[in-house]
Amino acid sequence: MATTSAHATAAAEPHHEPSFVRKYIFSTDHKVIGIQFLFMSLFFLLIGGLLAGVIRWQLGWPTNPDMPLPGGGLLPETMVNQGIVLPEFYNSAVTMHGTIMIFFAIMPLLVGVYANYLIPLQIGAPDMAFPKLNMASFWTAAPAGVIMLAGFFVAGGHSGAGWTQYPPLSANPEFSGVYMGQQLWLISMIVLGFSSLMGAVNYVTTVINMRAPGMTWFRLPLATWALFVTAVLILLAVPVLTGALILLLFDQTIGTTFFSPEYGGEPLLWQHLFWFFGHPEVYILILPAMGFVSEIIAAGSRKPIFGYHAMVLAIIAIAFLGWGVWGHHMFQSGMNPTLGMGFMATTMVIAVPSAIKVFNWLATMWRGDLHFHTPMLHAVAFVGMFVIGGLSGVFVASTPVDIFLHDTYFVVAHIHYVLFGGSLFALYAAITFWYPKMFGRMMNPLLGKLHFWLTVLFFNLTFFPMHNLGIAGMMRRIYDPNQYEFLRPMQELNTMISIAALLLIGTQLIFAFNFFWSLFRGEPAPANPWRANSLEWAAPSPPPHGNFARTPVVYRGPYEYSSPLSVEDYLPQDDPPAEGPEPVPAPATSH
Amino acid sequence: MPWLPAQVSTFGGEIDSIFYIILVITGIIFLLVEATLLWFAFRYRHREGRKAEHIHGNWKVEVIWTTIPFIIVIALGAMSFGPWARIKMLGRFPAPGLEIGVMASQFEWMVTYPGADGRLGTDDDFQRRNQVHIPVAQPILVHLSAEDVIHSFFLPHFRVKQDAVPGMDNQVVWFEATEPGEYELACAELCGTGHTRMRGTLVVHSAADFETWYEGATQTAN
Amino acid sequence: MDHSAAMTLEGGPVEPGMGVPNLKLGMWVFLLSEVMFFTALIGSYIILRAAQPEAFAEPGVVLNVPLTAFNTFLLICSSVTMVKAFAAIEHGDQKGLRLWLLATVAMGACFLGVQAYEYVKLVDHGFVPFAAGYAAEGGALYGATFYTMTGFHGAHVTIGVLALIWITVRAFMGKYTRASHGGVETMGLYWHFVDLVWIILFTIVYLI
Repeated sequence: MATTSAHATAAAEPHHEPSFVRKYIFSTDHKVIGIQFLFMSLFFLLIGGLLAGVIRWQLGWPTNPDMPLPGGGLLPETMVNQGIVLPEFYNSAVTMHGTIMIFFAIMPLLVGVYANYLIPLQIGAPDMAFPKLNMASFWTAAPAGVIMLAGFFVAGGHSGAGWTQYPPLSANPEFSGVYMGQQLWLISMIVLGFSSLMGAVNYVTTVINMRAPGMTWFRLPLATWALFVTAVLILLAVPVLTGALILLLFDQTIGTTFFSPEYGGEPLLWQHLFWFFGHPEVYILILPAMGFVSEIIAAGSRKPIFGYHAMVLAIIAIAFLGWGVWGHHMFQSGMNPTLGMGFMATTMVIAVPSAIKVFNWLATMWRGDLHFHTPMLHAVAFVGMFVIGGLSGVFVASTPVDIFLHDTYFVVAHIHYVLFGGSLFALYAAITFWYPKMFGRMMNPLLGKLHFWLTVLFFNLTFFPMHNLGIAGMMRRIYDPNQYEFLRPMQELNTMISIAALLLIGTQLIFAFNFFWSLFRGEPAPANPWRANSLEWAAPSPPPHGNFARTPVVYRGPYEYSSPLSVEDYLPQDDPPAEGPEPVPAPATSH
Repeated sequence: MPWLPAQVSTFGGEIDSIFYIILVITGIIFLLVEATLLWFAFRYRHREGRKAEHIHGNWKVEVIWTTIPFIIVIALGAMSFGPWARIKMLGRFPAPGLEIGVMASQFEWMVTYPGADGRLGTDDDFQRRNQVHIPVAQPILVHLSAEDVIHSFFLPHFRVKQDAVPGMDNQVVWFEATEPGEYELACAELCGTGHTRMRGTLVVHSAADFETWYEGATQTAN
Repeated sequence: MDHSAAMTLEGGPVEPGMGVPNLKLGMWVFLLSEVMFFTALIGSYIILRAAQPEAFAEPGVVLNVPLTAFNTFLLICSSVTMVKAFAAIEHGDQKGLRLWLLATVAMGACFLGVQAYEYVKLVDHGFVPFAAGYAAEGGALYGATFYTMTGFHGAHVTIGVLALIWITVRAFMGKYTRASHGGVETMGLYWHFVDLVWIILFTIVYLI
């Protein structure tokens, strides 16, 4: 495997054209691997979205023979019978919507795609530290996805224990009626864990060791900072999940009893292990999004990011505090209530660094020169949506209020404001922002804006009223709320939400169309279409194998927009300063 | 728009008021932040010939907007400690007027009442499926347990929720009803295919009615 | 506030990096995640044992402590020979490298052999990982946690021995020199880690 000496050689070597398979399938080029992850996770985003459609159909028109599930006839009768979603399949849909969206769509989109694609480009490296390991990482993730999908087609159906897989329901087939599907779920997740691990080792090593000359830690773009810290979280959190998954798999297959109470096992042990991983995982799913948004808001505002150091410190603070809050998922689980108090205190505190980031984004826009291109629209919407997700978190952080709101639709609303309003909006921003770099073509701005506005509209119509459902007490993961008298008046709202959700899913087709159409018909992209500063824009669009013609030298931070030193409103990191030492700019005026 | 269900327990009001305090505080922050965002988006939109100001930041404002949220969340946390302790901590439970056992299983609630001796766990206990009968204005102590998987004992109108975990037989939860009437008991934790129909009824009787019901129940039980 | 234009020209740009080869740094990073994996397993053991003390037998009742103490000694010795191998190649001593590597492989393999023997004896005694058929002192959790922890450690030793064989073959092919022997060093990191984990496991599973 290459060592640091590979720095400049890869680019300088005249390389002959590799075969199709080496170039696009078993490629070790970090950019190709990033794009492979992109196609894979967009596919899973579609699957996850369709499962959401199944869930919303059932909740909008519960068990209604007059409203058969469209396309339900294509599914076997063990899932959908005469157009009616069966409870078994509903539970699987709920479980797999969560699992697929979190582990196979959002996480690989944020990390698999952008850590791979951006890190070497933003730090000025020709490739990752371990390109073969990187390839192995993708070719481990892809089979994990196949195994996960296979679970739908085995006898007994797919796992229906929720993405959190609480035993004994998940451990004992007698209780769930799911045999093979449950095991495939676990095996797939273990395999995916190996993929994440290989990626994380690579990202951490690469950022530490492969930075171009002059690229000091505090000249790293915030996207790279966020991805680096995320990789550290993955490195430390995923093995804990892998350990727990293995124990659960043993419980299911060889008859150990780690989580089965009849032989002294502890169901709560799973919850502790799962959430010890799961809370850092929540930040794995938002930190990179915050990083992308920081890049895009700075570039879109033509202004340096406000409080760069505070932003970095906030990322690090979140990563540290994230290890001490897992118990807030377990306030009502039977965990000692005194522990609950401690977890409430840490949980309240972790809201602070997120608040700091929001204020800094706002301050970045203040006195800026805002260009609302599609990425900027998504990034600004991210801030607006993330604020809602953050504030709704305060309700459930308060232990007494959580007694009522725990396991209701309030939590569903909260997670979707963070994961969809937050992470997915940031991803739409990122995809549209870096698309020209990846594919050498621009996405259609008109379709981009149409997709943006409709998504914002339908997203809020879908998820904001879910806060109300939760406040009214509607439980999550429930097949037919009409079983309960106190939930019956909410059917109308549920139907409205379902219509909005289906329109939201439909709107994503605009994005899909724009994505694929622009691959072939988009306008050719210049190297630096957004006039941005970081190093990836110094490479051609798309960058060749080895990225840079010669190793770039970095002279300044990545956010020198509208600098008085430059006639243009941007100043790339690798632009050599004018003759003589650069004059130190006057300290920022304190307003 | 659907809203909090009517509240009929002694501590429900306390939970609701913390909810409202958080709602007001986060509501104000929400409005301020979103208004600022929209205002900036409008005010600083691109105009020909304007250049953004080259500002890198300001440590003074960073300290300010770190400190203020910190104080707010600490205050909200501090406010939550007392009610939480009163509701969930064993040492703070009031002396119960009635103790019952609730065993959750797929997909029903088996409620055990003490017989004539007034004590649970003796031979004269009797059971009702999916039916909880309690007197008004008496602290009720529920001994929760689960037979197979995790369930969650959820009384929306009483602001009560507690998971019933198999193997943990010492789970207790208490509440006190303020209004007679019939309410619903729900399972809030995904417990399998029949999760959605794991519904029970909770009947709050006036003191006299409860006596009558209890007499009748013990008679038929023996 | 800060101005990022500083620190550029005078004395030329800064060359970042740790000054450690990628392979070695990557191994350190990987071992961090291994620490978390074993923490999850050992943590579960501690929690289960604290919750269900009666499911676990006193030390020495089921497990053969002297045998495993010998095995522990063997593994510690193999760490010493690994250090010797590394020291040898740092001085360019090819013969020393090969001999010490062979010794390390041999001791690693012996460790696995003794562990296999121990497992067979324990199963004969009715000490199995699953609830059905558990016939030893304590309860089924004891068997489950024991085999999971020692089994995953054993798997790590097995991978280590295979990797060591590979390194040894390369050593015999003369692939390592005084100037370039990153493979040996990285292998050593892994091997010492596996040794360290065993010392912890031996202490908490066999002695406490």
